[in-house]
Amino acid sequence: MAAEAEMMEASGPAIDPMHQFTLKPLFGEGPIHWYTPTNATLWMGIAVLGVIALLVLGTRRRAIVPSHTQSVAELAYGFVYQMVKDVAGKEGVKYFPYIMTLFIFIVFANFLGLIPLSFSVTSQIAVTVMLALLVFVSVTLLGFYKHGLKFLGLFWVTQAPLALRPILAIIEVISYFVRPVSHSIRLAGNVMAGHAVIEVFASFAASALIAPIALVGIVAMFGMDVLVAFIQAYVFTILTCVYLKDALHPSH
Amino acid sequence: MTTPTTEAAGHAAEGMAEAAGHAAESAGGMPQLDFSTYPNQFFWLAVALVLIYLILSRVALPRIEAVLSERQGTITGDLAAAEELKQKAVEAEEAYNKALADARAEANRIVAETRAEIQAELDEAIARADAEIAAKSAESEQAIAEIRASSEKAIKDVARDVAKAIVASFGVKADARAITAAVTQRMKG
Repeated sequence: MAAEAEMMEASGPAIDPMHQFTLKPLFGEGPIHWYTPTNATLWMGIAVLGVIALLVLGTRRRAIVPSHTQSVAELAYGFVYQMVKDVAGKEGVKYFPYIMTLFIFIVFANFLGLIPLSFSVTSQIAVTVMLALLVFVSVTLLGFYKHGLKFLGLFWVTQAPLALRPILAIIEVISYFVRPVSHSIRLAGNVMAGHAVIEVFASFAASALIAPIALVGIVAMFGMDVLVAFIQAYVFTILTCVYLKDALHPSH
Repeated sequence: MTTPTTEAAGHAAEGMAEAAGHAAESAGGMPQLDFSTYPNQFFWLAVALVLIYLILSRVALPRIEAVLSERQGTITGDLAAAEELKQKAVEAEEAYNKALADARAEANRIVAETRAEIQAELDEAIARADAEIAAKSAESEQAIAEIRASSEKAIKDVARDVAKAIVASFGVKADARAITAAVTQRMKG
């Protein structure tokens, strides 16, 4: 412990890859109240503007033969729509706007977070936890609303032998309540790890000896983060669809 | 040496556990676990999500859906029109083939008819020519027979005259009747 601390002190300016995730008030100093506009607020706002630019301004001509931007907007629409329909079934299509909202927000937040010196909204556990809880709570309520107590059949595996069913039920209940935890930490963890590793490489680049390796590392990590930005949005969305399917069709 | 560092580490851990806002400031801590910023993030995230949801459900999604279905409609319409045109082309080709076959049949009929006509005319002409030839040859035969008859008589006359002259030249008075009989006898032989 002591040696570790010494090493950190010895390496000059301490490498603090987590500093980038700190919330700061946009205007002046001071405590962050619930209404204070922060850097997170700013980048969420930019994400909203991005959504408007892509999905509203990009489609304003309603062209039969689409422009580039309109193509991308239609692609995003078709991608999520197909996902909802394939995973959650035809009844799930009703909830497509909510799922599209989640997907498009996460995609924009992830990609905006890749801009150097920006703030990555989805690296905040507060944000992903709220998204995951939104999904968890609304899906659970929807399940009970649609099926009443029969929704609990989700935990009662009727294909299994009777003796095993109570044990399976306990496992199912635990896994059900772990869902929002994994759902949220997966997204925040991936985004955060990618950014932190880039920053670690970047701090190595200050030393001329290993700068080339560090630069290659930064480029490689950035390339991977671009993939992660999309894949994690996709994973979050498809899991939401899976949970929605469980709520609509709880029987095993 | 040991005491301050462990204290510092302990302090950092404390800060993280307490999550009272100091965690963000202490090096190595996770700013994400600074729970004092959570209400702020929850609030602004809710605002952002509601805004995006309103934009999507009111404007963007209906518009994209309309564009996509319109495009689908256009494509379906175009395909139907193409199918119709193709059908028309097939029909036109059939009509053309039928007209061609009709014309060919008509032509064959005309050819056959004309051939029959010509054949009839030809037959008639041949018959007429044959009759003419027969008439002409009969006429000629008659003429030849006449000529032959007249020439026989002339020969007989000449022979009798010559015989009479020969006999006279011998100084004998020729018996006209005996000479005629002899000439006739000779010419028969």
